[in-house]
Amino acid sequence: MSTYYAALFADVGILLLGAISVYIILATGQLSLGNAGFMAIGAYVASYLTVKIGLPLMVALLLAAVVAGAVGVVIGFPALRLKGIYLAMATLGFGEMVRSFFLNLESMGGAGGFHGMAHVSPVYVWGWAGSILLLVTLLERSRVWLEMCAVHDDETVAGFIGLNTTVIKVSAFGFGAAVAAIAGGLFAHHHIYIEPGNFGFERSIDFVLAVILGGSTVAIGALVGAALLVFLPETLRFFADWRLAAFGVLLVLVLLVRRQGLLDRAMFMRSIFKARRA
Amino acid sequence: MKGPSASPLLRLINVSKHFGGIKALDGVSCTVERGQIVGIIGPNGAGKTTLFNVITGAYRASGGDVVFEGESIVRLPPHKIARLGIARTFQNIRLFAGMSVWEHLLVAQPHTEVALRRLLPVGWADPAACRRADEVLALLGLEDVRWRIARTLPYGTQRKVEMARALTANPKLLLLDEPVAGMNTDEAADVRALLLRLRENGLTILLIEHDMTFVMNLCDYLYVLDFGEAIADGPPAVVRHMPRVLDAYLGEED
Amino acid sequence: MSIVGGYAGCFVLLQQLVNGVTLGSVYTLIALSFSLVMGILGVLNLAIAELFMFGAYLGFSVIARGLPLPLAIVTGMAGTTIIAMVIEKIAYEPLRDMPVIAPMLSTLGFSIILQNLATNIWGSDPLQLPPELFDTRFSMGTISIGAMQLVVIGVTIVLVALLAFIVQRTAIGRALRAVAENREVARLLGVRAGRLTLVAFALSGALAGAAGVLIGLHYATVTPYIGVETGLKAIAVMVVGGTTRIWGALLAGPLIGILEVLTVVYGGAPVRDFTVYGIMILILLLRPQGILGGASTEQGLRV
Repeated sequence: MSTYYAALFADVGILLLGAISVYIILATGQLSLGNAGFMAIGAYVASYLTVKIGLPLMVALLLAAVVAGAVGVVIGFPALRLKGIYLAMATLGFGEMVRSFFLNLESMGGAGGFHGMAHVSPVYVWGWAGSILLLVTLLERSRVWLEMCAVHDDETVAGFIGLNTTVIKVSAFGFGAAVAAIAGGLFAHHHIYIEPGNFGFERSIDFVLAVILGGSTVAIGALVGAALLVFLPETLRFFADWRLAAFGVLLVLVLLVRRQGLLDRAMFMRSIFKARRA
Repeated sequence: MKGPSASPLLRLINVSKHFGGIKALDGVSCTVERGQIVGIIGPNGAGKTTLFNVITGAYRASGGDVVFEGESIVRLPPHKIARLGIARTFQNIRLFAGMSVWEHLLVAQPHTEVALRRLLPVGWADPAACRRADEVLALLGLEDVRWRIARTLPYGTQRKVEMARALTANPKLLLLDEPVAGMNTDEAADVRALLLRLRENGLTILLIEHDMTFVMNLCDYLYVLDFGEAIADGPPAVVRHMPRVLDAYLGEED
Repeated sequence: MSIVGGYAGCFVLLQQLVNGVTLGSVYTLIALSFSLVMGILGVLNLAIAELFMFGAYLGFSVIARGLPLPLAIVTGMAGTTIIAMVIEKIAYEPLRDMPVIAPMLSTLGFSIILQNLATNIWGSDPLQLPPELFDTRFSMGTISIGAMQLVVIGVTIVLVALLAFIVQRTAIGRALRAVAENREVARLLGVRAGRLTLVAFALSGALAGAAGVLIGLHYATVTPYIGVETGLKAIAVMVVGGTTRIWGALLAGPLIGILEVLTVVYGGAPVRDFTVYGIMILILLLRPQGILGGASTEQGLRV
């Protein structure tokens, strides 16, 4: 496989993780337009740990995930007070604030960016991406995921059936942030150069786009969406100048025609709980 | 400290609820003994659903106390009250929009602290939950619609699903808000039979209802609310003849 | 040095205030644009940021051909108004009954389309407006204000006055206010919601387009990224002014404009966005009705 396609595959893996991070938070009914901020935290923390401290990459990624997860939990609490569009606006603001923060952080390069990371192959990227996708797919079949869906569908009633909606919503933010951080760390070590501009609003939108297009009710949808976003422009080369607009059109179409995206949970319904026949 | 099992399951002591200047509930007291089926009746707007909301913690009472199994629950958040063993249904059916019937029954199971049981796929990690869900499905005759998205089912079936969801949690006290609204006589009779069977199994039931025949044939005890106050209480045979009760309902006819 | 330095610093401050008010005027217009749709329909029309950018390019095209400034402004506004109405028909109307996140995401789709369109038509490099426009400056002592800056402030005042007239004095305006107060009641009273939302979108499009032309006059350049860089910040202005009180934008616009300019001078450019969005988040959490808003309320626009 040529290096060009290898790089594309890596991009799919990284975008997949970003999409999953949005998906996890969205599963509890919260739309986050600022996950690029968590990705940035992951990228910079992981890079700092490998370049300046010399930690092995796996450890650096896990630590970056923990840091971002903590930030996610901190964000998750005030997020409880905001609903729908107001939450979306606040997360948008958060993403911009994080980008601005790293723009200002001269010790990590500021606007000039940061480099020095060791390169990792697409296979390594997919080691993480595939594992996390598998993990989330398993999690989707658990009671915790059903609880998240309940909070998504009717938060008040979720409380009445004994669910601690605060813990569920805040944990989702933390978990989503951690996954986005891993995407960031992998991005940093695959592209070996990062700058704050990599983690702006457009990146957050890419994540949301992948989830909405591919399927916002199943984790596999994030994979379909990520693959779509990376490979569709390749197959429609003549579209090259218009690929962004094409995705805009796709987004509008999906919302008009099939709001849940390409894949949806109902498709997998029986298989999800089949094991029960014991 | 919990009293002996002869003590009432639920006690409302002088419960009030204000919304700004409006008194939705004013000094309501009532007692529900274990194994009883108690009815709350009264004209529209009398505050019956508000009472349920206060008991389940959706509203913080402005005054008074709610005591469940000897412990005051008036300051607890809804999810903690639910975990103590109180389940409810709603006047306007509130099912989870994206979930199948089966999923409703899995998610409403009694809470477990064992993290693994909640994080691993349900089929492998929690067969007990699956069995319980199966039982409730069978009890309410919902096996055929197990995989259907609950909101797409006919009205009567949706009511059953809501009931099933409440029962899955193995509650000690079941709060039903107009359980036979919109049902014909046969369907109401089915519900009555079900409730009696549940009572035999040890469930205590508190219900709000407008259908007088249903209430008279089922409840052990009645409380009558009007304008947020408890104006009368007693066994159905007695209450139905009280002039104050008749007045309250006649007033509604106007 | 201190007295002289302080004196000079004072004038720098005043000069920055002038810049801040100019920038703030543009913010006010965009915030009004967001607010019209948000307050009446509860939808965050993310495409407004790119309508703003598109208006800037339309205005630039007219100016670059040597045509008069008023024509540029009118063209900008007309173009964006039409696009805004298209967006209403496709992104809002069919999705009207869904949770408001759906139309918001649809407008996001349109903003992506608009950005790509602009980049393809005009390229992604910054375009300079004719320098002659910016030669005229008026001085009051050591403070100077450019003729173009005066135009920005002046046009803003005119547009705001026009909007106020439409909203307060015309039948359409009354209908808009009725819908904003209570959507259900307005519908029962027979207010034709369909035509009204089209008007709301059209008005908001016009304001965004005008703001776009004006930002070109303020910064002297246009790029395809001013939508994300400047337009989105107007959301912060809307929030600070109060999403349910559109005239809050009149106060919040210059406020944020001045704040932004001052943080650049005293803190450096990167802190600028951090501060503006930080304040937005604080307001969302601590005083969601904004600085002018009355009692906290989820719906209803005090127009």
